Amino acid sequence: MLVLFFALGLVSIGFTGINKLVTPAAAKIGSEETLVDKGSALFAEGCSTCHGLNGQGTSDGPTLAGVGAAAVHFQVSTGRMPMAAPGAQVMRKKPSYNEAETLALAAHIATFGPGPAIPSEEQVNEWQNASLAEGGELFRTNCAQCHNFAGSGGALTNGKYAPSLGQATPLQIYEAMITGPQSMPIFSDKTLTPESKAAIIRYIQELNKSENPGGMDLGRVGPVTEGLVLWVVGLGSLIIFAVWIGARVR
Amino acid sequence: MTEKFDINNTFDPDKENQAPKISKEVATKLPTAAKGVDHYLRRTDTDSKAARRAELQVAALFGASSFFTLVFLVSFVAIPREKKIAVSLIGVTGAQNLVLGVSFGFAILLIGIGAIHWAKKLMSDVEIVQERKEIKPADDVQQEALAAFRVGTEESGIGQRKLIRRSLLGALALFPLPFVVMLRDLGPAPKGELRKTAWEEDLHIVTDITYQKIRPEDIPVGNLVSAMPENIMEIQEEEQNLNERGKSAILLVRMRPEEIKSQQGPDWDYQGIVAYSKICTHVGCPIALYEQRTHHLLCPCHQSTFDLSDSGQPIFGPAARRLPQLAITVDEEGYLIARQGFQEPVGPSFWERGA
Repeated sequence: MLVLFFALGLVSIGFTGINKLVTPAAAKIGSEETLVDKGSALFAEGCSTCHGLNGQGTSDGPTLAGVGAAAVHFQVSTGRMPMAAPGAQVMRKKPSYNEAETLALAAHIATFGPGPAIPSEEQVNEWQNASLAEGGELFRTNCAQCHNFAGSGGALTNGKYAPSLGQATPLQIYEAMITGPQSMPIFSDKTLTPESKAAIIRYIQELNKSENPGGMDLGRVGPVTEGLVLWVVGLGSLIIFAVWIGARVR
Repeated sequence: MTEKFDINNTFDPDKENQAPKISKEVATKLPTAAKGVDHYLRRTDTDSKAARRAELQVAALFGASSFFTLVFLVSFVAIPREKKIAVSLIGVTGAQNLVLGVSFGFAILLIGIGAIHWAKKLMSDVEIVQERKEIKPADDVQQEALAAFRVGTEESGIGQRKLIRRSLLGALALFPLPFVVMLRDLGPAPKGELRKTAWEEDLHIVTDITYQKIRPEDIPVGNLVSAMPENIMEIQEEEQNLNERGKSAILLVRMRPEEIKSQQGPDWDYQGIVAYSKICTHVGCPIALYEQRTHHLLCPCHQSTFDLSDSGQPIFGPAARRLPQLAITVDEEGYLIARQGFQEPVGPSFWERGA
């Protein structure tokens, strides 16, 4: 019972924080309890096949006890859950639930055990005041190894990969750092403070809106695509010209 | 369309109506025409309208090139340097850069295409054969060269004067030695620096960039921390370089204690928190692609993969050595500290490293 109250408390903190994001349909729902009830219904319908009726996990999906509302909101709002098919990497896709339903699911799953709550709006929006330079330094030390210097993502082992950060919202980036989805490690608030997280988010926002003054960015993955284009398009057109020069004219 | 054409007539300067027309002067300078090669007349050789059309095409290509050069000149002046435009496939890009690049590229490309079109359609295209010179010189030239060589050896007396011959050979054999000796100047041989890092007993472990001391309870399971010794900034300032930063970087990772299969020393972890060097043992890339579910650490340079739950052993890729582990514990205030320095050199192998 104590655990339940604790979880409810966390959820309500998260919920009041992002109520601006909530659609009118969700705003009509009065108390957290009806939110949990609604989430419970959605969970039984869409999640329990793999995660078990009480989120205890099955052979097809891990337990959800203690994952927290933040993890649920990240996975569902990026469309990764419910997943289309099992595989090495769960991919981002169009979300299956709207924001209100996602929050209801998060509220329900948070009752399974204490876990990180959805960060508040103030916490997430702090990035607008954060230091870009510090964010760059922190990004290159903590994130760039997997997500690439330009946030384009990169390969991991056995078909897994770190996704591009191009579509991630500030809230989703924050949630990913505190929950560590899939292969990603956790970056706790103690070892990477909220100020540091805000700076990193600021840097990613800056990366995402940066322009290409020099022309095509070719995916911003460095020499790999640049070399490929040079060899295929560059040398290819030279070969075509060489064939044309040597062809007999009638 | 094309009619067979006797090559031997091609160079007959007297046949005035025969295309292609070559002046007497040019014809005598040309190498032998290819005998037995069938030559086909092009449409432009037989049809004056086609030739005229080709001429217009070439002129149009050259004209288009001039147009693009003018576009280049105008856009250099007319388009403000800061102006941005959105182009599909490229995104937002500098307008001037784009126009300058495209116009310059087409200006030079169209000259090339025009020249080739001209050569293919209108210039003379008779086959010619150029005989290759024999590589072997004429016999008399060869004899002469050999004779000169013989005279030279006799006159120098290198055959009889053994002392000169041997001392010359000795001098030539010794001469390359300075080049070998000068390799010593590639730098003072590193003494202990490759074996030692800044880590030593009781040194606090701090987060990289923000330099905060860390408590074990700050690190939940699955957490990754890039960390440094607490004195890294002082050392950096003192040495005026980043060498120590390059050697002392570590990763802190927490896993469930039962997940740890082995470590490099007894209880070198602290409640499941393990510390490993961040420097790949292959060629020294910083390595932090940690997969929290498999505890694999992947090096982005050459895909060496280490298992942090199993003594940091390499399980894939070119790295042959395990990642050195740092033994850690907490001080009386509860902050993570090193129990001792690294027990083996971090980073890639080097000549004197030993097994």
